[in-house]
Amino acid sequence: MALIHDLVFQGAQMLLVLALAPLLTGFVRKVKARLLRRRGPPLIQPYRDLARLLRKDVVLADNASWLFRVVPYLVFAAVWIAASLVPTFRTGLLFSWTADLIALIALLGSARFFLALAGMDAGTGFGGIGASREVMIASLAEPAMMMIVFAIALIAGSTQLSTMAAFMNSPEVGLRVSLGLGLIALVIVAIAENARIPVDNPATHLELTMVHEAMVLEYSGRHLALIELGAFLKLLLYVSLIACLFAPWGLAPATGGAEHIAIGVVAYAAKLAACGFLLALFETAIAKMRVFRVPQFLGAALMLALLATLLRFVSRSF
Amino acid sequence: MVIDSLIAVAALLLLAPAGIALARSPLGRPAIYGASLALSLGLTAIGIVSLLGTHDSAATLPLGLPWLGARVRIDALSAFFLIVVNAGAAATSLFAFGYGRHEEAPARVLPFYPAYLAGMNLVLLSADAFSFLVSWEFMSLASWALVIAHHHVRENLRAGYVYLLMAAFGTLALMFAFGLLAGTDGHYAFADMRAAPPSAAFAAVVLVLALIGAGSKAGLVPLHAWLPLAHPAAPSHVSALMSGVMTKVAIYGFIRIVFDLAGPPAWWWSMPVITAGAVTAAMGVLYALMQRDLKRVLAYSTIENIGIVFVALGLALAFKANAMPFAAALAMTAALLHVLNHSLFKSLLFCGAGAVLSATGERDLEKLGGLIHRMPQTAFVFLVGCVAISALPPLNGFVSEWLTFQAILVSPQLASWGLNLMIPAAGALLALSAALAAACFVRVYGTVFLGRPRSEAARHAHEVERVSVVAMGLLAAACLLLGILPGYAIDALTPVTQLVAGGRMPVQAAEAWLSIVPIAESRSSYNGLLVFVFMAASGMIAAFTIHRLASNRIRRSAIWDCGFPDASPLTQYSADGFAQPIRRVFGTVVFGARERGEMPPPGSTEPARFSATVRDPIWDALYAPLAGLVAATTQTLNILQFLTIRRYLSLVFAALVLLLLVLAAWP
Repeated sequence: MALIHDLVFQGAQMLLVLALAPLLTGFVRKVKARLLRRRGPPLIQPYRDLARLLRKDVVLADNASWLFRVVPYLVFAAVWIAASLVPTFRTGLLFSWTADLIALIALLGSARFFLALAGMDAGTGFGGIGASREVMIASLAEPAMMMIVFAIALIAGSTQLSTMAAFMNSPEVGLRVSLGLGLIALVIVAIAENARIPVDNPATHLELTMVHEAMVLEYSGRHLALIELGAFLKLLLYVSLIACLFAPWGLAPATGGAEHIAIGVVAYAAKLAACGFLLALFETAIAKMRVFRVPQFLGAALMLALLATLLRFVSRSF
Repeated sequence: MVIDSLIAVAALLLLAPAGIALARSPLGRPAIYGASLALSLGLTAIGIVSLLGTHDSAATLPLGLPWLGARVRIDALSAFFLIVVNAGAAATSLFAFGYGRHEEAPARVLPFYPAYLAGMNLVLLSADAFSFLVSWEFMSLASWALVIAHHHVRENLRAGYVYLLMAAFGTLALMFAFGLLAGTDGHYAFADMRAAPPSAAFAAVVLVLALIGAGSKAGLVPLHAWLPLAHPAAPSHVSALMSGVMTKVAIYGFIRIVFDLAGPPAWWWSMPVITAGAVTAAMGVLYALMQRDLKRVLAYSTIENIGIVFVALGLALAFKANAMPFAAALAMTAALLHVLNHSLFKSLLFCGAGAVLSATGERDLEKLGGLIHRMPQTAFVFLVGCVAISALPPLNGFVSEWLTFQAILVSPQLASWGLNLMIPAAGALLALSAALAAACFVRVYGTVFLGRPRSEAARHAHEVERVSVVAMGLLAAACLLLGILPGYAIDALTPVTQLVAGGRMPVQAAEAWLSIVPIAESRSSYNGLLVFVFMAASGMIAAFTIHRLASNRIRRSAIWDCGFPDASPLTQYSADGFAQPIRRVFGTVVFGARERGEMPPPGSTEPARFSATVRDPIWDALYAPLAGLVAATTQTLNILQFLTIRRYLSLVFAALVLLLLVLAAWP
């Protein structure tokens, strides 16, 4: 019985992230447009885009290989699994022990690996430039993320997300310097990983400023829909991650009843809205960087996270 | 058991003269590689039985030093490495069935190949310093002969020369290490050394010497200089053995000396090991990203992986010295599992490089491309190898990397400031090298197999022989199996960790759903099987739903490329271009990378030129001055060649007096 109960919640989580991800992106776009005093597309525009893309034919380059056609499904699968293992409204997910936070980051790494390969498949200049810059950004963002995980794992005594979230929700956490450093670093990494301003511009189609968009330039139809959905899911994943580690308030415990879950859902929706609003505000307030300024931006994240980890290693109270 | 393995090794040795005899006949290749395959499989079986049976077996042969004999022994440690060496050897022998057909000088490969296998096995079986060193040197020389198999290429001769020098230097260091372990009474048997460990000061010297001796064979920075020259020079199936397997024999040597023979470790021993490992990992992968030669990229990536293993070994030393047997077992398991994993995927990748080489005759990344269409099977297995080596789930490379990170997360419990500052830095370097490794293999796979062909040779490539593909396929299957069912491998390693780390990990096979749980489930766990099943299932569900409910039509058309499709494949991103951002971010500091663009004056029709230079800091700072010093010294000593007999005699006398004085002063 308990197993079925947990299974239901795990399934609900998987469907919830899938259903909410386009909405979050639509919300961020809407807020950005309003901040620029435009009306902006309706909130459900990303769903409409996806539905339209799914119905369209796929136009494949003549020399595209089977890898190019498999990658969208692989990327979507990896990101979806990763997203469904981050606690959203309730801890104690059934499959949380399948992949801890380190494995989760590596799953996202797999998605990026294949996407970069797909970028090089058609053999174009744009695909190459996108893939090359993407791996350069990842080569800094990924170690920074790993150091953040180390810092938080050393505080929580676990790399298991459910355990970490439960610990962060307990009163023993308190205010810590290393957590503060970790939060700043995590936000920087999240911005870079999701190809947001100032690292990359998700709305641009001006060739030389693109990273992510250049990499997926050759994709069309249902393949593009899956890659877009993967990108939406990744944004949701990072927001959920930040929320469950640094703002775990309202998260329903594994044993909680219906009222806890109701609180958890409402709190989660509020956190998504807050993070989405802050992201939109940040993106409107700042300009995009030159590509070779990005390493400095990400290097700062790496150093902050390393500092946080070092603090944990030398003293237990920071 | 040990007698059976000796018979197999003797048979391998006998194959060497048979190789000379059969080199010219068409039967030679199948006979030698077939016999090598059978014997390697037999030795793998012996290793598995010994490891699972956990009983040691030893013997003394009436060979070698008269008062000592040649002692041989299989314990858990050598049994594990027997499996690693011979599983890799079996796969490369199978690969060579097909690949050997393209060999232009079989007489230079066939005799040395089985001898080289025998040498590696003998190192693992030896249980005294004398036979260990003799086998070690035999292994080095056999592989040297294979490195210069294509001796008409000047580059290969240079590689062979540098290799020979470094191998001799490494053996010298090991010889001193064993000398210190044996003491003045000459206890050369490992059992005697174990019974009487050296004093703390001597043990420290032994550690440094083992790090130099085994590290130079394994490719630790800065002793790696020979490796990227020698490994690519050999025929590809031998490169696979050298990179995938022989570096593991070096690691065996290090574990044997430092963990088994040198007595209980001091607290600081781990520091040089972790430092060397972390620096090696980061430098190795950065070097790999700067290379254009496919096999050299793979050789540098071997250096990176050796670094990862040494970091894990250093952690195991630290835990062992701090009486944390459980954590030591965790770190040791991570190291050994990475040894096994790396031997599998690096053999696979080198065989793949061999397949590409035999299909196109090219090793230059800038002249390849689009091979996924011409060599689909090789492309698939090579992709598996690339994913595995980039430490991505659900394949095996990720498991050992994950265990290493888990070991790092236990280390704040160590009571040492130095280590507490060093280990997070080493962890950051490991994470950095993992991310860069992924970049490196996106670059390799993207330029070799994807895109459009960059040369005629690549345009007309053909798939390699079926048997070679099968060999690579088996290695790829092993990578997947170890990735999704790592628990069994971890359990099988228990006797080894008991022996060298003094502890064991919890039994993994008992965990629900075949997860791996190093400490406790609430702390950390990973389940490769479920990740694999979930990925496959959700990918397929997505594909099925979309094809069923939305659209499944495909139209082929020209490349879009933002509306500027160019027919020339030269407009693709090149391998150098791909690495340019990373070269700019990391290379300017590490390699002094400089870029120079020359624009022609306005009105001129000359082309603009761009050049990038990368310097090897270690060669410039260490090897070049050293070579200069040696040259200067020999120049000075040259006068000794032209002395009178009187002076020679007085020199001999002076040396004798000096030696006697040393002996008199010896405590």
